[in-house]
Amino acid sequence: MKGLEELKKEIVEALPNLDLVIGWEQGYDALHATPAFIKTVEDVDRLILGPLCVHNLATYLPSLADKKVGIVVKGCDSRAVIELLQEKLINKDNITIFGLTCEGVVSKNKLRRKIGDLGQVESFTVDGDTLTVTTGGKENTVKLAEVRLDKCEACNYPNALVFDHFIGTPVDRADEGRKEALTLAEFEKLSLPERFAFWKQEMSRCIRCYACRNACSMCVCRDHCVAMTRNPHWLSQENNVGENWMFQMIHVMHLTGRCVECGECERACPMEIPLMLLRHQMNRGIKDVFDYEAGIDSQTKPPLLTFKVEEDNIPERDW
Amino acid sequence: MSERKFIQSQSILSFLEGLAKDRRVLVPVCEGDSVIFRPLRKESRLELKRMPTLSPKEATFPRTEILMTFTTKKVTGEEEQESAENDEEAGKEKMVVELNENLPAEKTIVFGARPCGARGKTIFSRVYETADVKDPYFIARRDNTLFVSIACDAPENTCFCTSVASGPADTAGSDVLLIPVADGFVAEAVTEAGKELLQAEHFSPAGDKDGEAQAVVLAALAKLGDADDFTQAREKLIELFEDDEFWADMSAKCISCGTCTYLCPTCYCFNITDEMVSNSGQRIRTWDNCMDSLFTLEASGHNPRTIKAKRLKNRVGHKFSYYPSLHEEIIACCGCGRCIKSCPAAVDIREIVKSAQEREDVNS
Repeated sequence: MKGLEELKKEIVEALPNLDLVIGWEQGYDALHATPAFIKTVEDVDRLILGPLCVHNLATYLPSLADKKVGIVVKGCDSRAVIELLQEKLINKDNITIFGLTCEGVVSKNKLRRKIGDLGQVESFTVDGDTLTVTTGGKENTVKLAEVRLDKCEACNYPNALVFDHFIGTPVDRADEGRKEALTLAEFEKLSLPERFAFWKQEMSRCIRCYACRNACSMCVCRDHCVAMTRNPHWLSQENNVGENWMFQMIHVMHLTGRCVECGECERACPMEIPLMLLRHQMNRGIKDVFDYEAGIDSQTKPPLLTFKVEEDNIPERDW
Repeated sequence: MSERKFIQSQSILSFLEGLAKDRRVLVPVCEGDSVIFRPLRKESRLELKRMPTLSPKEATFPRTEILMTFTTKKVTGEEEQESAENDEEAGKEKMVVELNENLPAEKTIVFGARPCGARGKTIFSRVYETADVKDPYFIARRDNTLFVSIACDAPENTCFCTSVASGPADTAGSDVLLIPVADGFVAEAVTEAGKELLQAEHFSPAGDKDGEAQAVVLAALAKLGDADDFTQAREKLIELFEDDEFWADMSAKCISCGTCTYLCPTCYCFNITDEMVSNSGQRIRTWDNCMDSLFTLEASGHNPRTIKAKRLKNRVGHKFSYYPSLHEEIIACCGCGRCIKSCPAAVDIREIVKSAQEREDVNS
């Protein structure tokens, strides 16, 4: 992510016509960025850009629908903005988009696996594609490519797809061809009983804190989520494998044809459950059946929000 | 203080296996990228370095707890003669509810919690056992559970135990405190039950390892740096109760999920529901979460906390103001930092409390 000074300049110019701009600032330590809500020109100085800017800030947009909001987006985040526009959950007239080009963001888990516990990180610096992390007095150097989130490994959209102001120069990856998530291919090498055992174990860890739901920019039901209602009583309050699995299935089903694979559910999960496997599987189905990817073109209609008498890939008449 | 003992690292598993013969032993293990407490198994590989993702709260306050089971039955008057009030009812069919209370009897040892995790239950003990109110389920579980905790030698950037009147070798809530030294642990019995545990053959007198242990604790204290002073928070948070702008700013990035409360060693709010299938069911108690809108939704449909700002205000206010007002100025927070470390948006409760203390009163 490049162009911090350019971004600041654009925001300062746009700010008089906006209530706020959402970007990132330094968090509680060197290794954490945190969402920043910019209201004044002085606030703009706090902005940062870089591989720690993991959060998909589009999550905040539906709840700020009555405000004029500026938002800074990576390629993946911009897909969430498009999907929200497609579903008319936000109004483009109220939103000013600052689009970025992105080389990937850091997975704390991958970094921890590589250099050990990250609880005592003292400094973090970025020099090109090299990250230097000092922890416990020891300096570690890693390449960003080694510790990027899985979603970045298979990223097809490094540039913001929708924007009012583009920051920097878009990177061209058109010749690389469309990539599918590597994690799903790995997972599918397991037998079905193995996969079932895997999910049972993972779901036993789920505490149903709903971080996956609340971090999701597409989970717009918020306080009216089907998972919590007592009437109808789809889910019990019990915390067990069956109920947790049921919730996760509801979650992924409600995202069908809508999920933009920003990966925020998985990143937000405190219990580190690999929820993206479920999303990737569902999105593959959508791609196969409807030849559709969510959040690419704000002029199209998501396949499950419309009706077509004869779908191109569902040969009903031949059944 | 009782005599300190020493146990070698390689004896820990054997010690725990001995304990596991007649009770459940919960140990921290790595699962995926998280560290959680699981019952000790033969193949368990203990993770004693990283701070567990979940606090050990579950041992005394489970995520789901069956308080009782019940079945609605049809009986005729003859079967229910004792309860039939007069002869007219004899012979008639009526519905009765059969109840079975489910008081926990299982004995548990929690091994390897950090002091900040073990201390959590001392906060809700004050609420669940008072002169007037006694929660038999919690009390049974608490009295059946021993904590063998490990003093912290690696405070993290999110740690602030010393700012909430605790520390890396706090013994509150523990029965035995282990302090990590070069090739094992120096053990200190905190309670009588803890003293008994140290009778196991795996322990020998600590001798000069005691000095090494003290140095470990001092080094951890030094790493923690200066403590924050939160003593003004109790009054200040009340002053700011109506300051909507302050709370809107503080909660702007909060996504209002339950990670902070569910990972917290001291959050003790619960929900009670009857989960029924056909004519039988169970009354369960589950963790509740003040970041959720249902937490305060009233039967009338009114909800006093409609927005996340009011919910976050409650969470911070409860820990740093309302609870201390009722409980001898004790802050309902152990400073473990889980709510900061695992927050998807990196909300920092320390910053909120500090900002509140520094906030100029708009009314004055």
